[in-house]
Amino acid sequence: MQMIKRAFKTWLLWELVIGLSLTGRYMFRKKITVEYPEQRTPLSPRFRGLHALRRYDSGEERCIACKLCEVVCPALAIVIESKERQDGSRRTTRYDIDLTKCIYCGLCQEACPVDAIVETQEFEYATETRDALYYTKEMLLDVGDRLEAQITANLKADERYR
Amino acid sequence: MLEAGFFYLFAGLAVLSGAGVVLVRNTMYSVLWLIFCFFNSAGLFFLLDAEFIGIVLILIYVGAVMVLFMFVIMMLEVNREKYKEMSLQYLPAGAMIAIILLIEFIGASASGVFNTETIAAVGHLGKDVNNTVEIGKILYTQYLLGFEIAAIILLVALVGAIVLTLRTRKDAKYQNMTKQVKTRREDRVRKVRLES
Amino acid sequence: MAWSDVGLTTLLWVLEILAIAVPVALSVAYITYAERRVIGWVQVRKGCNRVGPHGLLQPLADGLKLFLKETIIPTNSNKLLFVAAPVIALIPALVAFAVVPFGETTFFNVWETTHTMAIADLNVGILYIMAISSLSIYGILIGGWASNSKYALIGAVRATCQMISYEIAMGFALVCVLMLSGSMNLSAIVHAQDGGFWHWYIIPLFPMFLVYFISGCAETGRTPFDLIEGEAELVAGHMVEYSGMWFATFSLAEYGALILISLMTSILFLGGWNAPIPALDFIPGTIWLLAKTSFFIFVFIWIRATFPRYRYDQMMRLGWKVFLPWTLAWIAVLGIFTYTPFLSDIIGYYQPWRP
Repeated sequence: MQMIKRAFKTWLLWELVIGLSLTGRYMFRKKITVEYPEQRTPLSPRFRGLHALRRYDSGEERCIACKLCEVVCPALAIVIESKERQDGSRRTTRYDIDLTKCIYCGLCQEACPVDAIVETQEFEYATETRDALYYTKEMLLDVGDRLEAQITANLKADERYR
Repeated sequence: MLEAGFFYLFAGLAVLSGAGVVLVRNTMYSVLWLIFCFFNSAGLFFLLDAEFIGIVLILIYVGAVMVLFMFVIMMLEVNREKYKEMSLQYLPAGAMIAIILLIEFIGASASGVFNTETIAAVGHLGKDVNNTVEIGKILYTQYLLGFEIAAIILLVALVGAIVLTLRTRKDAKYQNMTKQVKTRREDRVRKVRLES
Repeated sequence: MAWSDVGLTTLLWVLEILAIAVPVALSVAYITYAERRVIGWVQVRKGCNRVGPHGLLQPLADGLKLFLKETIIPTNSNKLLFVAAPVIALIPALVAFAVVPFGETTFFNVWETTHTMAIADLNVGILYIMAISSLSIYGILIGGWASNSKYALIGAVRATCQMISYEIAMGFALVCVLMLSGSMNLSAIVHAQDGGFWHWYIIPLFPMFLVYFISGCAETGRTPFDLIEGEAELVAGHMVEYSGMWFATFSLAEYGALILISLMTSILFLGGWNAPIPALDFIPGTIWLLAKTSFFIFVFIWIRATFPRYRYDQMMRLGWKVFLPWTLAWIAVLGIFTYTPFLSDIIGYYQPWRP
């Protein structure tokens, strides 16, 4: 009896039918595709995207040219030069990040004592040339000005875990 | 008129491709010429309303035999220089066969057997006669014995080829696929209760 | 025959050929689309839906892309055969459609008698299809050899072995159909299955139907049997060295063969253009035939989305040790049924050639 049953199963391709019915059921499942430009997945507040240099509310830039980020950067992507400003404070004259070198580890953000260099949630900054990925101080400050609201919100969201 | 034109087209191309088989240096091209030759012969059969033979010629020779030919030739390492010497070496024997064939052809055509009077005129039986059915009938009644003998000879050749080439290595592992297929989950997986 | 008649006949023939070749080419394009969508659905994705509404322009975009791509011809290849191979593969795939009857029509009652909608209604239609589809090996074989690459060569050898093996099982499955219908003419085979689905050959020949369909899968190199182009070991088989339009020509041939197998399965086993119930005859036969064909094409895609690839020795075993004996046994059974007094009444129901 068992043998007859097994023979029938073999010759009627029963196991193949089971497999087909499984995929057939999946065909009508709700699709999980995220159609990217229109739909996006949520990003963590700790997401490490494009870098930004922040300012205080007064408009004064936060960076004090301590060069901790430059030292900690494992990819050597940050170059900083500093000089004394007229009011006697130490400020950067040059703050460049080569994004083609950067590995987005976030160590610069961790190292910064004044929360000046941060990584934002921005990830759509593809360019047509490599040159355009060499971010200078002005560009980084611009990014900071543009995304200040987002940065503050994210830092606040992450505060209680630090 | 059109028919004669097609006849000369097919026949001429068949002869040309036949010459191509012999004359071309690259063996792959020879095989292709031979395939082309078979196509033209099939065309000649079609002109005679013998569509069954024509199709079977393509099916068997082009579809199966020549594939195996090509298969073998693909695997060969063709040494052009050696090939040249060899072709000269076999020239006398080839020439002799060609001359004998030529004499035979002349003799046959002169004997009168192939005269237009003695051969029944090639008529177009056309669609009235289904020559597949006719061939089948005659093959399985009048020529049954010959047909069966041919089949048995082919079977013997087939078995012979397998016997000659089949080698089972003792040091290699083989899978018994029927056994693999028949295996069920219960045969392999066992639930073990572990004391904690 | 006047020259104007010759011209008119030629024009009609060209029109007939175009009427079949153009839809075939278009449906090949849209089968690739359907394949991507259906496989996407099975994998809980959406598939391509970006180009045009529901992604319907995707095949055109793909075609344009392939057309604009550079065709690379390897330096050490045999250039003539390398270029010829895709064309040699494509020709049989298209030529085989010449005998496929797409239905019967009186051309909106303009003609007095019904005509079969085929370019040539050959007496030996089945043999013709067998012969032509066996030629499709050459494109692959020549392409593989001319590429002068080990992957291409091994892929071509595999493809040839596979196609020859499965052609035999396929041929025997067809013999079973011939034993019932008593004719090799495709439209006669359809007429032998007239009058409702209980006349269809899928009922007495169900195992042969399975054998034919699975062998067709193997013959076209579709997924459970696509080890011709097994990526893991052969990169892409005989197509490794091809790019751009020539590559597209190969896949055009492949999908053309897929359509042909689906058409043949529905003609031989599912009653062709016959409606399953005579009451449904008001729907034109061609629509029935195309619906059945589309269903089989869908099943092909469905199978591709479901089953993993066969191992080479498993595939050979299936062809030679399972299908071949099984088809031979079925032929014997049919023969016994046909010529045993009481049994012949049962099988005679499906044999219109019986007096």
